[in-house]
Amino acid sequence: MSQLKLVYFAWVRERVGKAEEEVVPPASVATVADLVRWLGARGEEYAHAFENPKVIRAAIDKRHVRPEAAISGAREIAFFPPMTGG
Amino acid sequence: MPATIRLQRENFDPGAEAAALSRGRTDVGAVVTFTGICRGAEDGAPIAALTLEHYPGMAEAEIVRHVEEAGKRWPLLGVTVIHRYGRIEPGENIVLVVTASSHRDAAFAAAEFLMDYLKTRAPFWKQVESASGRTWVEAKAADDVAADRWAKPPGREAAE
Repeated sequence: MSQLKLVYFAWVRERVGKAEEEVVPPASVATVADLVRWLGARGEEYAHAFENPKVIRAAIDKRHVRPEAAISGAREIAFFPPMTGG
Repeated sequence: MPATIRLQRENFDPGAEAAALSRGRTDVGAVVTFTGICRGAEDGAPIAALTLEHYPGMAEAEIVRHVEEAGKRWPLLGVTVIHRYGRIEPGENIVLVVTASSHRDAAFAAAEFLMDYLKTRAPFWKQVESASGRTWVEAKAADDVAADRWAKPPGREAAE
């Protein structure tokens, strides 16, 4: 898998401790849910941010996606809590 | 359909924005304006301010998508959506939706549709600043219910 840009918002960003980063996940990481599991195992701050995958929302290249979405071809994947705008 | 979509730090004037949608034309028979305003208290506790974080690029794209969808569902003659980000104090505006149509039904429905979707699908997050510190606002299940009722397109008879 090639390099992937991850961006984080709101309390996901605060818990991870950064707004964005570049990662190269292993080939076994095929979906958004796989990526959440892989990130959750990267350290304490990630484990905290992704401790409840059900409340994590994701977007691939700025479009909402579901956890089962494939990440192949993605340039930017965003993780954030449920939205509270309006 | 003319659409104005703005994301900005600055406050805005809802009256001026609403007037702009019907200025110089005589086909508009109804303009509906919704303004979301920062309250001075949350659950009975006073707040100092809200800070809105957003996902630049995606926030605009999501709003454009939903404005286009509203244009397909209702015979609209104009739409304006403004959403602020950054620090907003009690009494200041947060969001504006203005819809124009020949008749009120379409203008009311489209404004409500856009607000329900802005609440649940536009990537914005509110943080409350108060005497006890900063806390992220939790999403409300009622907002999801409100947005879900639009999932099935209404009958097209309104547009015909």
